[in-house]
Amino acid sequence: MAKVVFRQVGSALVAHLSGEIDHHAAEKLRQEIEQQLERRPVEQLCLDFGGVGFMDSSGVGLILGRARRMRAEQGKLTVADVPPSLGKMLDLAGIPYTAKEDKQ
Amino acid sequence: MKPIDQISVQFMSRSVNEGFARGVVSAFLARADPTVEQLIDVKTAVSEAVTNAIVHGYPGHLGPVKLTLAFYETGLVKITVADKGCGIEDVQKAMQPLYTTGDPELRAGLGFAVMQNFTDKLAVHSKPGKGTRVVLYKQLGRRE
Repeated sequence: MAKVVFRQVGSALVAHLSGEIDHHAAEKLRQEIEQQLERRPVEQLCLDFGGVGFMDSSGVGLILGRARRMRAEQGKLTVADVPPSLGKMLDLAGIPYTAKEDKQ
Repeated sequence: MKPIDQISVQFMSRSVNEGFARGVVSAFLARADPTVEQLIDVKTAVSEAVTNAIVHGYPGHLGPVKLTLAFYETGLVKITVADKGCGIEDVQKAMQPLYTTGDPELRAGLGFAVMQNFTDKLAVHSKPGKGTRVVLYKQLGRRE
């Protein structure tokens, strides 16, 4: 079951995603992120994939859709904390991201 | 070449079954001792194929999706995802990266590109009004 938990960091909204992101989960996540942005518009939205165990191209659709929205409002979207297992998908889609740091 | 083992499961085109199909793949491939990367590759490709069947094969209604997994002595895995849905008019066009007839807010149009990149071989057979069959091949390493 995919989940999203929000945290405000300065002028940025961080969306902590977890679980498996597929077509089944993506619509619910999109709605929750949209609702949050409606309530509190921000300059920067950060999608944190630290807790995501699986993602197919539905996740790419989720990222690109939110990136379009943020750009339309002169804002910025970043993709962070990406586990190694998701790297291949984001590389294929040409989405820039920061990788999850190894916790020693 | 005959498979050592083969399974088929059929389910309705409900999106909750995308996760179910990935679970079936993980359970079946355990015997083949795949690497973490290989397992992720196959699960991702199957997730794309099953999602395509659900979203594009049966738009707005339900129908059967059949997943068949075959494992060969050489370490080859053959995956077939078949639906009896509306079919694809122009397979070549549908396979172009970024091309989608889905909701652009959600679908990136990368399904076939991912299947191609995450497996060794992809074949798509489709007839409008009859359905679509996607066949994926992945060579797993032979363990010494």
